[in-house]
Amino acid sequence: MGKWTRRGFITAGVVGGVALVVGVAIRPGNQNSKVAKYVSGDGESLVNIWVKIDESNHVTAIVPHSEMGQGAQTVLAQMLADELDAKWEDVSFIEAPAEDAYANYPLGKGFILGETRLPEVLVGSVDGLFQTVANALHLQMTGGSYSIRGTGVYGMRVAGAAAREMLLEAAAAEWSVPVASLTASEGFISDGSQSAPYSAFAAAAGQLQPPYTPKLKSADQFTIMGHDKPRLDIPAKVDGTAVFGIDAEVEGMVYATVMAAPIFGAGVKSIESNKALAMPGVIDVVNLDDAVAVVADSYWTAKKALAEVQVEWQQVSAGAVDSDKIFAQFQADITEAIAEGNVKSDRDQGDSGAAFKAANRVVGREYRVPYLAHACMEPMNALASVKDGVCEVWTGSQNPLGFKYDIAAALEMDADNVTVNNHTMGGGFGRRSTSDAAIQAARIARSVKLPVKLIWSREEDIQHDTYRPAVISRFRAALDASGQPTAWENQYVDKHGPAEAPLIPYAIANQSVGSVESPTHVPFGAWRSVDHSQHGFFTESFMDELAVEAGQDPFEFRLLKLKGQPRHSKVLALAAEKGNWTAPLGEGQGRGIAFQESFGSLVAEVVEVTVRDGQVKVDKVTVVVDPGFAVSPDGLTAQMESGVIYGLTAAMYGEISIQDGRVMQSNFDSYPMVRMDSAPVIETHIVNSMEAWGGAGEPGTPGIAPALTNAIYAATGTRIRELPVSKYDLNVDFVEQNNISG
Amino acid sequence: MKISVNGQAHEVDVAPDTPLLWVVREKLGLTGTKFGCGIAQCGACTMHVNGSPTRTCMLPVAAVAGAEITTIEGIGTEAGLHTVQEAWIAEQVPQCGYCQSGQIMSAVALLDSNPNPTDDDINQAMSGNVCRCGMYSRIRSAIKRAASGDVAIYDPKANQTPSEVNHG
Repeated sequence: MGKWTRRGFITAGVVGGVALVVGVAIRPGNQNSKVAKYVSGDGESLVNIWVKIDESNHVTAIVPHSEMGQGAQTVLAQMLADELDAKWEDVSFIEAPAEDAYANYPLGKGFILGETRLPEVLVGSVDGLFQTVANALHLQMTGGSYSIRGTGVYGMRVAGAAAREMLLEAAAAEWSVPVASLTASEGFISDGSQSAPYSAFAAAAGQLQPPYTPKLKSADQFTIMGHDKPRLDIPAKVDGTAVFGIDAEVEGMVYATVMAAPIFGAGVKSIESNKALAMPGVIDVVNLDDAVAVVADSYWTAKKALAEVQVEWQQVSAGAVDSDKIFAQFQADITEAIAEGNVKSDRDQGDSGAAFKAANRVVGREYRVPYLAHACMEPMNALASVKDGVCEVWTGSQNPLGFKYDIAAALEMDADNVTVNNHTMGGGFGRRSTSDAAIQAARIARSVKLPVKLIWSREEDIQHDTYRPAVISRFRAALDASGQPTAWENQYVDKHGPAEAPLIPYAIANQSVGSVESPTHVPFGAWRSVDHSQHGFFTESFMDELAVEAGQDPFEFRLLKLKGQPRHSKVLALAAEKGNWTAPLGEGQGRGIAFQESFGSLVAEVVEVTVRDGQVKVDKVTVVVDPGFAVSPDGLTAQMESGVIYGLTAAMYGEISIQDGRVMQSNFDSYPMVRMDSAPVIETHIVNSMEAWGGAGEPGTPGIAPALTNAIYAATGTRIRELPVSKYDLNVDFVEQNNISG
Repeated sequence: MKISVNGQAHEVDVAPDTPLLWVVREKLGLTGTKFGCGIAQCGACTMHVNGSPTRTCMLPVAAVAGAEITTIEGIGTEAGLHTVQEAWIAEQVPQCGYCQSGQIMSAVALLDSNPNPTDDDINQAMSGNVCRCGMYSRIRSAIKRAASGDVAIYDPKANQTPSEVNHG
């Protein structure tokens, strides 16, 4: 089995990574001209659709990812500029328009194939297949930590290198000299006696057949990749000029806010809106079938009026559901699936059955995590206008092309008549890949025949999210006479992706891991690191418990089981070293460690806590990350810091609970956050192993919960098997430190 | 009703219970200040009212008639950014950036009253501002940098080694 290599990619007959679409687009007389109108102004030549060089030699990277804080647009521009040998100061980016030509096929492939590494011989046909799938799904998605490792590696670098070669070829023809006699640097081509900017050859290069095997730089040739560049989006985010979706404005717009059925799946039975309609400034009350909106001359008026609307909702059976029943259902479904042999296998290695029969001892544990909201700082919103059969929407989306098709379908319009203007996002974390608010805005705008800016209240945002699923995960391990695990068995409810999330890297001979379906009425979606966010906690908690059973230090226990995996071992060992794993601790203090490989990056985290009077204080988090290569070291560090705090908030306090079919939490008072006074010191160390480049946005999140709870165990002897930590009474006597990690 | 924002007097025609946030955003078109929670729990809506950092999502506009209001748009000068804004760039603080107007307004007010804040001072002044991207350590560093006056522009050559990079 080979990796899905660039060579494999190019043998598929295309250039440009994200790219198969680009490859199609770049073919003369094909979609190139269709795309050109979006990126090409007067006097500019389109070299290929990922890079534009204008008359003043300015390079524009056309980046098919939206910005939600991860800094991907800057990093992708870096990848392009380096391979192109452009001058960084002359490089900027624009976000690709929501058009099919930019459909994000590697992401679709990653989601659907779950990172499966393909035999090289199959790459061509599978690539072809997934181009079709991605086009069909209209993916133009920012997620899956895919910007660098997908679009960047397979798209921007290849495109930059190809464009550079085409420019050199055009220059060689113009000057009648061999290509080999030319050098390119900082946006200029030279043959030793004369020098000219790229722009001089842009038009001619645009006529050339792009090379299918452009030569990429080796790491020692990088001048922009691997170097920190100030993020291009930051200045506008410190002076208030960045325009988020909620800030969009059009002439004559009015405001709306909305109340969806509190119980998911219920519809409107009747509305009493006379009182609201009589309020000054109220324009209309709109029935959206599963929600009611008030339209007014200001958000405040709409909000006040909505409180005066009386809605009778349909009775639905989900009205009897609560969190306890959901977890009981999960347990029953797991038990039943095991009994009936209905567990869908993720991994079946060795002979677990025999190992359990031969076991000296069997250890069984069960862990659970609740639903979680995303709670982006910017509540869901969208501005929409529907006029003369044309719909235009302004919003922040992780998937603008998908939004376009979703809105077209909801309005029963041709997608060609729907335009989505994407904005920088006040947080995404997976939430802004769902188009619910944009569809509502479009429906309201169509109903009142005015441009409408819909803004959800924070309460609506918390209570109508696409939640990180609640999960129960059950484990058994067979132990030999020395307490070492000989078999690892794990069943859990509901699998979403990535496929490998529940799989451990540790050498335990016999492993049996699989999922059980147990659907609920609660809407779910991707939440930063997706299934890794739950399974990181489960598997690294159980590993910690097995270390205790074996009487071994939790770090040493893991390290021994990573033997033969030098990359993994190095990350784990460096985390222990930098996290001062063996240094003495005071009373009530403890350290925990966790390891997780996700989205192509390896991360180990060491957490140091102090537990006093039942209160947990996280003193320090040490992160070691091996992303293969850090294109932007400071950007990667920022993503680790962010992933840690996001995961820490969830681990410490995060819980969406269901009662009578609806969400009980509603705002930051009942859904608390880590704040400045509870934020730990975070120290990040980067290992550039030069293996395949991985993601940054998500890999910092999965390890923090287990590193935290393992630290709490070391400090108190209390094993946290259910999140959040705030559910536990930790006001207990301390155990001797050396019982745990000695 | 008359209000004074960033040194300019405005006559606004709104219901007196309208929170200042929405008057500034919708009537004055100053959208740098953000809506986050509506219950003064997240700090995204922070402005200065007579110099004090104030959550404006619950503050009726009628309560600030005659007061001097400052928003994120009003802390810099024509000559350039406020020191705190420069420090924010130097530390590469923002990720999504949505909370940062509020964070910066809280930080400016802190430094106005306490030019050399301790970690505890920073905790106290800044814990009303939520950052979902979790950039608290960078915010803390930026406040200290602004306090020290060291706001040299971001230097990309300061930390770069493509082999193994430590960010301590």
